Amino acid sequence: MEFFVIQSLIGVSYGLLLFMLSSGLTLIFSMMGVLNFAHASFYMLGAYVAYQVMNWIGYWPALVVAPLVVGVLGAIIERYGLRRVHRFGHVPELLFTFGLTYIVYELVQLIWGRAAVPYQIPSTLDGPLFTVFSTAFPTYRGFMMLVALVMMASLWLLLTRTRIGLVIQAALTHPETVEALGHNVPRVFMLVFGGGAALAGLAGVIGGNAFVTEPAMAGQVGSIIFVVTVVGGMGSLAGAFIASLLIGLLQTFAVSLDWSVASGLANFGVAVPASNFAYPLLTLTLSQVAPVLPYLLLVLVLIFRPRGLMGTRET
Amino acid sequence: MATIRYRPVDASRWLLWAATALVFLLLPMIFSGGFAITLLSQMGVFIIFCLSYNIIFGQGGMLSFGHAVYSGLGAYFAIHALNWVSASESFLVSPWTVALLPLVGGVAGAIFGVIFGYLTTKTAGTPFAMITLGIGEMVHAASLMFPGFFGGEGGVSTNRVIGNPVAGVTFGPGIQVYYLIAAWCFLSMLAMFAFSRTPLGRISNAVRDNPERVEFIGYSTRHVRFIVVIVSAFFAGIAGGLTAINFELVTAENVSALRSGGVLLAVFIGGAMFFFGPVLGAVIFIFFAVALSDYTKAWQFYLGAFFVLMVMYAPGGVAALVLMNLRVAKHRLFGRLRDAYTGLLLSGLLLGIGVIMIIEFGYHLSLESARSTVASLFGLPFDAAAGSTWVLAVGTTLAGALTFEFMRRRFRSEWDGVQGEIQLIEDRERLQ
Repeated sequence: MEFFVIQSLIGVSYGLLLFMLSSGLTLIFSMMGVLNFAHASFYMLGAYVAYQVMNWIGYWPALVVAPLVVGVLGAIIERYGLRRVHRFGHVPELLFTFGLTYIVYELVQLIWGRAAVPYQIPSTLDGPLFTVFSTAFPTYRGFMMLVALVMMASLWLLLTRTRIGLVIQAALTHPETVEALGHNVPRVFMLVFGGGAALAGLAGVIGGNAFVTEPAMAGQVGSIIFVVTVVGGMGSLAGAFIASLLIGLLQTFAVSLDWSVASGLANFGVAVPASNFAYPLLTLTLSQVAPVLPYLLLVLVLIFRPRGLMGTRET
Repeated sequence: MATIRYRPVDASRWLLWAATALVFLLLPMIFSGGFAITLLSQMGVFIIFCLSYNIIFGQGGMLSFGHAVYSGLGAYFAIHALNWVSASESFLVSPWTVALLPLVGGVAGAIFGVIFGYLTTKTAGTPFAMITLGIGEMVHAASLMFPGFFGGEGGVSTNRVIGNPVAGVTFGPGIQVYYLIAAWCFLSMLAMFAFSRTPLGRISNAVRDNPERVEFIGYSTRHVRFIVVIVSAFFAGIAGGLTAINFELVTAENVSALRSGGVLLAVFIGGAMFFFGPVLGAVIFIFFAVALSDYTKAWQFYLGAFFVLMVMYAPGGVAALVLMNLRVAKHRLFGRLRDAYTGLLLSGLLLGIGVIMIIEFGYHLSLESARSTVASLFGLPFDAAAGSTWVLAVGTTLAGALTFEFMRRRFRSEWDGVQGEIQLIEDRERLQ
């Protein structure tokens, strides 16, 4: 029970972090049709900028400044890079963001070096929030969940209660019609791209010190957030939310369980001898298989339900 | 009723292939250093890999993020086959086996092409890209789960020198391996070019351009995509088998997303819409990855920046640039562009030098400043910590950027003028 509660909380907090990343990706994808490979790079930039700003003026300003910096950077990249490539079609757009990941990866190493930087949790948020039986739940995890929920609520309010939000929503499904009604769709694209980058940056600010801030951090979440977006359904924020929690829980539980087929069989009194040809496969524990699970889910979803859990269209 | 067929011998094409063979033959005599041979060998292998990728990407219109799966698994099967043969002490222990080993990789690649192709080609477009990404990540993650087959972190190693030499050939020295790779590369190029001319190759172009119409004339687009993926996986497997021979080591890096991304980069840089584009792309990519990485730690930055610039300004790749300039030269209008080109190149060079200075000094400061702040660049020593160095670097970049922007606009107007003129000439020729 103790194990279950703590693991669920950790899984949910990780899932909410994934949602902060994938919500921006989903918005960008469904509006512009661009699979933004550089999204995880914005996450990394958010963490590094926050580290730098924290060293100068402290953590709380960094929480505001870093997402803004990353958002402005995203908007600039959209305006002067992506928009140029837009007329060549979707594949060059995707490749443009793919090339960006190389550049950001190298620039981060150029400025902050190849090793991890000591980006730490502020002392006010350090320590246990509450204790379940004998396991403490860290305050920072709770803070992560709070920030993610606030972000979610404001995103929802923005999308449903403001004029620009309604235009964005309309452009998600009918970009041509929105343009025909006289809205400046390219500018909306720029705002959405910048906004999505800012959300990724915010995720970086709160994720960078919960995990490790290093040049490899973009690669670690990069493919996972694609899995979330595809499993949830392209263009569906609700789907992205469900898929984020699903994958957050799946990964958290899988890495902490050492069940295998062999140990399961042992419960029924069937022992698997080491000479069995399937021995290496049967003794694989769930924690060893954990890295494969999200991708397995991705492949299965794409085969059996290409539109994803909540999606309405396939491309 | 008998049909009369008239097929002129395409002399220029035969000449081109003969010239290609000659280049393969003569290159190691011109660049005979040990490093040059390694570089050429890797280029040969990567040319096969890039061309195989272009069968699905450029010719079939399928964007894949998991192509390294086929070459990597092919490499693993080839290296295990080689180890098995050399342990068996049968008549197979001979350099002939090594020479034919890429076929093992090819067949293994094709088998995985059947398995994964069946799963992936149910979809097209973005879902295809995503599912190949998923399969690529899955295989890579699985490679660390089964150390028995994949060799864990260290990989699987082998010794390519087995049996008695045949006519002095043992495949020990690098030059012999180069010629083996060159032979396979030439044969694969021929075969893949021939494939692009078959009815299947043509219909795969049609599936790329307009799948709906292809369905209407009675083809199953899924079936076409499936076969095309298998063919491509076969050639990728051959490239994998050659990698195993070339390095005598196969690690999990061979199936990684890095490798899959690399081939995509290379093919796009070269030009996916032309058969010879991936060849150029492979040569450029290996130059960046192998030759440049010896000189600078920032080679991935230059590669990424080059790639992004190509996507923004020349989405047809290097091949399209070459062909467009040949067209200008054919109409004898190159003279008009000469000044504009000179200005563009000189200002580009200035900008490039400025950017290189910033990047290299920055890297020196962030990685090696503990040892010494003196960075040597272009054979000159610079103090990377001094303010004057940075003034010079930033100044050069700004001056370069300003002149480049000016030259770019001048070039643009000249270029558009020349292109318009060529269009007029060609239209007039067509009317006559």
